[in-house]
Amino acid sequence: MRIRAQVAMVMNLDKCIGCHTCSVTCKQTWTNRDGTEYVWFNNVETKPGIGYPKHYEDQDRWHGGWQLDEKGRLKLRSGGRVKRLSRLFVNPDLPSIDDYYEPAAFDKDILANAPAGLKDTPVQRPHSALTGEPMALTWGANWEDSLGGAHEHATGDPNLARMSAEAAERVKFEFEKTFLFHLPRICEHCLNPACVSACPSGAMYKREEDGIVLVDQDRCRGWRMCVSACPYKKVYVNHSTGKAEKCTLCFPRIEAGQPTICSETCVGRLRYLGIVFYDEDAVLAAASVTDEHDLLEAQRAVFLDPADPAVQEAARAAGMPQEWLDAAERSPVWRLISEYKVALPLHPEYRTLPMVWYVPPLSPVLDAVGEAGRDDTDADDIFHTIRELRIPVEYLAELFTAGDVEATAGVLMKLAAMRSYMRARTLDGTVADDLLDGIGMTADQVEAMYRLLAIAKYDERYVIPAAYSKDAAALEAQATANQDCALDCEGGPGMTTQASAESFHLVEGEQVRPGRPGLFSRRADGRRGFTINPLRGGA
Amino acid sequence: MTNLVWTVLPYLCLVVFVAGHVWRWRHDQFGWTTHTSQVLENRLLRLGSPLFHLGALGVVGGHVMGLLVPASVTEKIGISEHAYHLTAVWGGTVTGLMLMTGLVLLIIRRMVNGRVRRVTTRMDKVLYAALAAMVALGMIATVGINLLGGGYDYRETIAVWFRGIFWFQPDPTLMSGAPLVYQLHAIGGFLFLALWPFTRLVHVWSAPLAYLWRPYVVYRGRRGPAPTATAAPEQVRDAVREPSARR
Repeated sequence: MRIRAQVAMVMNLDKCIGCHTCSVTCKQTWTNRDGTEYVWFNNVETKPGIGYPKHYEDQDRWHGGWQLDEKGRLKLRSGGRVKRLSRLFVNPDLPSIDDYYEPAAFDKDILANAPAGLKDTPVQRPHSALTGEPMALTWGANWEDSLGGAHEHATGDPNLARMSAEAAERVKFEFEKTFLFHLPRICEHCLNPACVSACPSGAMYKREEDGIVLVDQDRCRGWRMCVSACPYKKVYVNHSTGKAEKCTLCFPRIEAGQPTICSETCVGRLRYLGIVFYDEDAVLAAASVTDEHDLLEAQRAVFLDPADPAVQEAARAAGMPQEWLDAAERSPVWRLISEYKVALPLHPEYRTLPMVWYVPPLSPVLDAVGEAGRDDTDADDIFHTIRELRIPVEYLAELFTAGDVEATAGVLMKLAAMRSYMRARTLDGTVADDLLDGIGMTADQVEAMYRLLAIAKYDERYVIPAAYSKDAAALEAQATANQDCALDCEGGPGMTTQASAESFHLVEGEQVRPGRPGLFSRRADGRRGFTINPLRGGA
Repeated sequence: MTNLVWTVLPYLCLVVFVAGHVWRWRHDQFGWTTHTSQVLENRLLRLGSPLFHLGALGVVGGHVMGLLVPASVTEKIGISEHAYHLTAVWGGTVTGLMLMTGLVLLIIRRMVNGRVRRVTTRMDKVLYAALAAMVALGMIATVGINLLGGGYDYRETIAVWFRGIFWFQPDPTLMSGAPLVYQLHAIGGFLFLALWPFTRLVHVWSAPLAYLWRPYVVYRGRRGPAPTATAAPEQVRDAVREPSARR
């Protein structure tokens, strides 16, 4: 057993109202730069829908993620090492920017500088951020918001293609009655990341301490294999720098014990952050399970029980401080995934072991209960509906359990039972033992789960231990060596906190010297390159 | 003059080539990239890029064969002058045509597609011009002189001079008699090497062959010391809730 810690996230989809606050704050923090106009590290899509980029879940088209070969061995779907290198000159699986959308900007000066006394109202026209030419807006990262255009596009949803024809037909029919939910997506920071495995130059890596998957901006050579290998399409090419960029799980905040920006600003308070312990040696076997329906259980089995003394001993031996052990025990993520078993991974069949899990939404089911003329406050009626009305349970199963309807239905029943149990307890003080028996949970567990999901206090949602240094002594030594400027001297960690475009690319040992021109200084567009006239560089 | 062009210039260019790479590696690894624009345009690239790259690999291989391997060696291993000539001329013509077609497609792509045009730097334009000049001169030498024309045995003159550079005994008189096209191609070649470290061509040295052996998933420790100033989540929350209390 080789124990590692992973910062993981759970999102409670029932609470997502699709307000896009997470997307906007993330964009303002990370991708409001040249070359990343089309990039949304966090996006919120409406399901059913084709998503962002278009049809990203269609792995027959993009060849993302892993699959088992004839001999049952785990292989990247896009092929082996030699095949990948043979495609360096042109990557046939790479989405084009039109599969995302052409980013546009508006010329606000037209309004600001409009002279008085105009007969007609001046109009801002959208201009392409790629070419500067006027353009028509025909697609965007959330074009399908709340089923916008669903009658035209959503039938192309890859999840529908995988469902039985009859069931898919019924989902299409349900569009008319607006069955929808929102799905916020960030990088999954997988335990078995396909992007890292496909990176030819070894620039992508998974951090040993917290499992965050990052791109080393200095080692990325722009081979763009990560973009196509990621089945979630959460690695992007910055077309200005020519390098790959992705969600960083806001590692500077996580290291300081703070939640990511998307979590911090989530108005629905639906995100949970915490660490889970897992066994690195068990990852490959879990990803190689033959039956896709067994993947969920196999992925849960990779996690280690933080309350188990043997696990705690191993964590200490691996150099983790007590704070991390305590955080793992209190981890809301561990509780939702492994104790209550109500959180599910997004597309486990990609075999990447994603680390952002979802509590599936009950709302579309409740809508269906109402439409069937049943009582959506009665657990029995909901149970029956979940069993009988396969829509939208089958659809949810395609997303979260590789099509295993029973597993998804089981989670939905737990959520429904929790509601009914709490309603009975709060309204007339009765304890619905039959409900508890039905879902195999104790009253304490259900009440704790209710507290975590419904009350969702800040410090229960986010249990993030601050980063530790494996070699605390070295830090101590550094501090005493530079007594006059322990941390905020040049190159010290205190200097790297300015939120400038430069510091995003700042690397160990190299300091950004703004305003100092050189042959290779950063140009106005943020790129660095050779400048013919050194006097003009850095301007 | 002969000495200046055929002795001083090559060494000058080689020094810039080596020193330029060292300097670029130490100061600009962030700019060390293929600078892919495939997300912006794929249709022309899909054809042009493989043609260009495979053609370039073939052309480089041909130059190594023609310049670094002495005629006496090929003769000793049983390759007749005639067989060498046929391989060199036809191999050079085919790979040269691939390279040329690819380059033309890529240049058209840069000019026609507005998206790619916008991300084309001044250095890219210099590079494309230099590449076009080199390919044109090389094709005139191979196709114009050796395939269709009377032919010129560069292995007795240019190759000997070229190898001499690395023994620090270049004989400039060997070059002064070569046809003008060959002379220009040789000078251009060294200038091209001097330009190399300052362009996106540096990505050639990062050809990811190590990928064939390394484990799939790369783990790496967090660099540097842990951040020390850590506010507990409650503190952050309370600070946000009561902004006035902080002042």
